[in-house]
Amino acid sequence: MKRKLSFLSIPYVIWMALFVVAPIIMVVIYAFSTADGGFTLANFARMGTYTVVFTRSFKLALIATLICLVIGYPVSYLMSREGPRFQRIAMVLIMLPMWMNFLLRTYSWMALLENNGLLNQLFQNIGLIDLYNRIFGTNLTFFRMINTQGAVVLGMVYNYLPFMILPIYSVIVKLDHNLLEAARDLGANSFQVFRRVILPLSLPGVLSGITMVFVPSVSTFAISKMLGGGTELLLGDLIEQQFLGGAYNPQLGAAISLVMMVIVVICMWIMNRFGEGEEQAVMM
Amino acid sequence: MSRELIRLRDVCMAFDDELVLDHLNLYFNDKEFLTLLGPSGCGKTTTLRIIGGFATPTSGDVLFDGVRINDVPPYKRQINTVFQKYALFPHLNVFENIAFGLRMQKRPDPKDPTGKKMVKIPEDEIRERVMEMLEVVSLKGFEHRKPDALSGGQQQRVAIARALVNKPKVLLLDEPLAALDLKLRKDMQIELKRIQQQVGITFIYVTHDQEEALTMSDTIVVMDKGSIQQIGTPEDIYNEPKNAFVADFIGESNIIDGIMLQDKLVQMYGKTFPCLDGGFAPNEPVDVVIRPEDIDIVPVEQGQLIGTVTTVTFKGMQYDIIVDFKGFKWLIQTTDHCPEGSRIGIKIDPDGIHIMKKSQYSGMFGDYSSFSEEYDELDDASLSLDEEESGDEA
Repeated sequence: MKRKLSFLSIPYVIWMALFVVAPIIMVVIYAFSTADGGFTLANFARMGTYTVVFTRSFKLALIATLICLVIGYPVSYLMSREGPRFQRIAMVLIMLPMWMNFLLRTYSWMALLENNGLLNQLFQNIGLIDLYNRIFGTNLTFFRMINTQGAVVLGMVYNYLPFMILPIYSVIVKLDHNLLEAARDLGANSFQVFRRVILPLSLPGVLSGITMVFVPSVSTFAISKMLGGGTELLLGDLIEQQFLGGAYNPQLGAAISLVMMVIVVICMWIMNRFGEGEEQAVMM
Repeated sequence: MSRELIRLRDVCMAFDDELVLDHLNLYFNDKEFLTLLGPSGCGKTTTLRIIGGFATPTSGDVLFDGVRINDVPPYKRQINTVFQKYALFPHLNVFENIAFGLRMQKRPDPKDPTGKKMVKIPEDEIRERVMEMLEVVSLKGFEHRKPDALSGGQQQRVAIARALVNKPKVLLLDEPLAALDLKLRKDMQIELKRIQQQVGITFIYVTHDQEEALTMSDTIVVMDKGSIQQIGTPEDIYNEPKNAFVADFIGESNIIDGIMLQDKLVQMYGKTFPCLDGGFAPNEPVDVVIRPEDIDIVPVEQGQLIGTVTTVTFKGMQYDIIVDFKGFKWLIQTTDHCPEGSRIGIKIDPDGIHIMKKSQYSGMFGDYSSFSEEYDELDDASLSLDEEESGDEA
């Protein structure tokens, strides 16, 4: 098993080599190259210029991840305590948005959040905007929602929340019910059962949930482009500009990608070290 | 006798209109080793769960030291449980598993004169008590292991230590040996009895294994269909079963239709046999129990009854032979070899004959015509364990 690669794994190995390993090698080569192919570190020297974008990207991704966790954990936990029928229906509802294309979903948020979009019309009609104006002495005709960092975070949370719920749910639902009874039997009240048994045992799910939300959030460019209006430049946008946009500079784009990957890998490594003991426990 | 600790008063339990416990009345004495014994679905696990606080009876009262505790949650009861599959916390090592209950506890601060301030148990006391428990269950040196690095028997011991460290007044054990292999099971039976005597508290033990029950218990409660069939010491239950169900469930029994002619005289197969029982109406139909080991094989001409050997099974210590007496098959255990097809006579001493009143179970047990199947069922603990699970989940 360990040394011999199974015959069946060959397609996947080829796939990995072509579309994962080779591109990474190319990114690395590009990052250390000048436009005419010579070796250089200049691409990395320019990285300081983009500190703001790095910080903003990581900040927004972190906020989105935290919000997903705060929403996702209770949902997963409460779901797991319901009957199998409820669980199935809830699961379908959570998955439902994902049956539709990512870009379409994000476009529909644009329609909702625009200055004369659906939400603002609703707020106007129910008098919320007037009420706000009266209380704060302002003179708004709409709430500014689109093209803000908030909208970007909202887009991230909306799109990636299922990736937080699913791994946490699947760990919690598999917890041995006897363990919870044992804890209660040993004198733990409901909170202590949660704190001392359920939470530590669900940590592996939490860790993979965090990974699955944080990594795509930090590198997204579609969400920030559509909901951030291009004013809140994120790493993904920056990289896209270098490869496809006006600022064409693939070597710089590769360098930014590489730095971002390294930072993400370090983050994940630290996090997994943190939860190592628990992870083993649940694997058994 | 010792003091009464727990009483179940007229307890009924129904799941979806199905009566699982039928007006159960039962008391448990302090410091006694009591076993609830019965086949799967007899209500024994439900009874245990009611005492532990994991199930609330549909009607009736649960009294602990004379106080009604129906609605007291498990964590407030002075009762701990050893679960069937141990339910050790996989993320904690042996030490922390055992310390779990102690870390949950709060008690009045000894330094606080008002006695209202509650504090946690200090770390050095936890350490001392956990170590003491490890010693009781012979697991010293294992405190840093994770549960998955322990054998089944060791996990079992940790589960017992984890329950006992809280100094409960009652320990509930739900088929704790079912998952162990035969040899280990026998060792643990003796071990459990020793631990119970050492800590001196009440053990309430649930099992479907009659041999386990006979080995360890002070008192056995035989249950079937949600009702108690008999309560007594292991000797009582074995020697004086109350009905055909108990006689069949505990050990092997030949149960034959008889007529009680008068005190100390019973008629079977049209022949009279002297016995030791009395107190029946003249000519009352009865069930007669004869244990396979109480039957002597004699030459045909000296036999009280004469039958044909149909099956012989070598069991090491003895032969199990099935003998056909006028179409009704008996199990006889003998050290003599009787070849299949041979005619033999048997003789039964008066003290080998036990008379029972007719009950709802009459005619259901005690015939060894389907010998092999029945034997398989009794021996295959894992089979009935699976049934137990599906049965009790309901």
